[in-house]
Amino acid sequence: MNEFVESKVRLRWPEELRSSYDVVIVGGGGHGLATAYYLATRHGITNVAVLERGYIGSGNSGRNTTVIRANYGVPEAVRFYQHSLELYQRLEDETGRWIMHKEKGLLWIAHTEMGLRAERARAALNQAYGSDTVFIGPEEIKAICPQIDLSGGGRYPVLGASYHPRGATARHDRVVWSLAEGAMRGGVEVHQRTRVIGLQVDADRILGVETDRGFIGAGTVLLALGGQVSTIAAMAGLRLPIRTHPLQAFVTNHYQQGLDAIVASTELLFYASQTARGEILIGAEIDRQPSYSYRSSYGFLSSCAGRALVLLPFLADLKVLRQWTGVCDMSPDYSPVMGPTDVQGLLVTTGWGTWGFKAIPAGGEAMAALIATGVVPSLIAPFGLDRFVNDRTLSDRGSAGTQ
Amino acid sequence: MLFLTCLHCGLRSVEEFRYAEIPTVPETMTDPQAIDLDRGFFRTNREGEVTERWFHEFGCRRWITVRRDTRSDSILK
Ligand SMILES: Cc1cc2nc3c(=O)[nH]c(=O)nc-3n(C[C@H](O)[C@H](O)[C@H](O)COP(=O)(O)OP(=O)(O)OC[C@H]3O[C@@H](n4cnc5c(N)ncnc54)[C@H](O)[C@@H]3O)c2cc1C
Ligand SMILES: [Zn+2]
Repeated sequence: MNEFVESKVRLRWPEELRSSYDVVIVGGGGHGLATAYYLATRHGITNVAVLERGYIGSGNSGRNTTVIRANYGVPEAVRFYQHSLELYQRLEDETGRWIMHKEKGLLWIAHTEMGLRAERARAALNQAYGSDTVFIGPEEIKAICPQIDLSGGGRYPVLGASYHPRGATARHDRVVWSLAEGAMRGGVEVHQRTRVIGLQVDADRILGVETDRGFIGAGTVLLALGGQVSTIAAMAGLRLPIRTHPLQAFVTNHYQQGLDAIVASTELLFYASQTARGEILIGAEIDRQPSYSYRSSYGFLSSCAGRALVLLPFLADLKVLRQWTGVCDMSPDYSPVMGPTDVQGLLVTTGWGTWGFKAIPAGGEAMAALIATGVVPSLIAPFGLDRFVNDRTLSDRGSAGTQ
Repeated sequence: MLFLTCLHCGLRSVEEFRYAEIPTVPETMTDPQAIDLDRGFFRTNREGEVTERWFHEFGCRRWITVRRDTRSDSILK
């Protein structure tokens, strides 16, 4: 038992839609709800509606593998994700809700000379920009995670790893609910089963959104739509540097012994961690084809499970319980896209691809500050749409859970 | 997992292919600089029927053209 058990999340759903709001946020995932939460709690802006076509967290925010880390590959990203990681550490105190946040430490294993170089470089870059990552050898790896087969089945010997002690996980639904509750407590309206079907623009200025419950006027509209962002943005004539790809994951049944660390391998293309229920949760790379299909495949399952088994042979005794898919908004440089667009009053937070769960607090905080002040916070300034026009892309394969 | 029919090799897993979008720059775009940028970074990302190219990298190393519905991944004639 703990202090949080008795305080159940209370979601107060509004009945009526008003005809207009100062701010309309399209998409009730982590990023939309965090923006609403910080608008209410940090800026006192509460004439805000979040519109969600299904239920909150029904997109990628309720489908991800919940890894929180800051061991990224470019300075701008290390700074941004480190800030987000720190906001997550305080989120339970701030919201008063238990999000099951747990620091586990993340091992990123190298099996080749090239892999070693990549992990050494990751550790050096992270340290230079204020995130805690160290390079360690096989003995230390074994001490942190005794289950790892250091011989890698003979073909993938474990030569070293970068170790990120602050790597953590948190329960995704609880993150979504806590932010929604906090936003609603502050006066924000969150409308589920409200689908946006059009954007109304006049002379390059946003006027509001068309929904299946009628037109809603708004001074500011934020698109926080995950994989669906291109379809809606196109309704305002906007083209985005986004391609939608499915990403699959699966969990096994309960593993008694306990896997403490989060384990990732670029060369084996998978990562694994243990959920609070004791299941082993395994993820990998996106499906190759751009697609909006939520169908999971046996091909993915068998190939990913086979690779995970090489490093974690104990998995052979477990059974697969569930497999599922989300559709991810992939940017060409594997970095997020946050900020204003060419349409006045229309903002986007996208390009969250396979890496945006960890970014929910920092992304929401920054987008709320932008909406409240009209100024792009310096932490997210490098991640604007203008970077593609100004030749300032931020190529960062460190975003993907397996790179 | 998606399977594609290569004209030369038959039905093969998508894992053998490399994807290539056919760039669809809007006709209203006339500035050459803007067109280059759009081809480089911006995507139509259509939710529906698309025509696309795939390179049979781990096969005959030839190109095929595929019509597909991105909502269901079903291959169209
Ligand atoms: C399998 C998987 C594993 C992942 N693992 C990790 C991980 O370990 N760590 C990490 O940091 N990230 C991970 N991610 C990525 C992360 O889940 C996402 O980047 C993040 O959740 C994005 O949040 P969002 O709020 O932008 O989008 P979403 O949570 O997708 O929210 C968008 C919302 O918009 C709604 N919507 C869509 N169309 C409309 C419409 N027309 N009108 C109204 N509402 C609409 C949707 O229903 C949805 O609820 C993973 C993703 C997947 C799929
Ligand atoms: Zn072929």
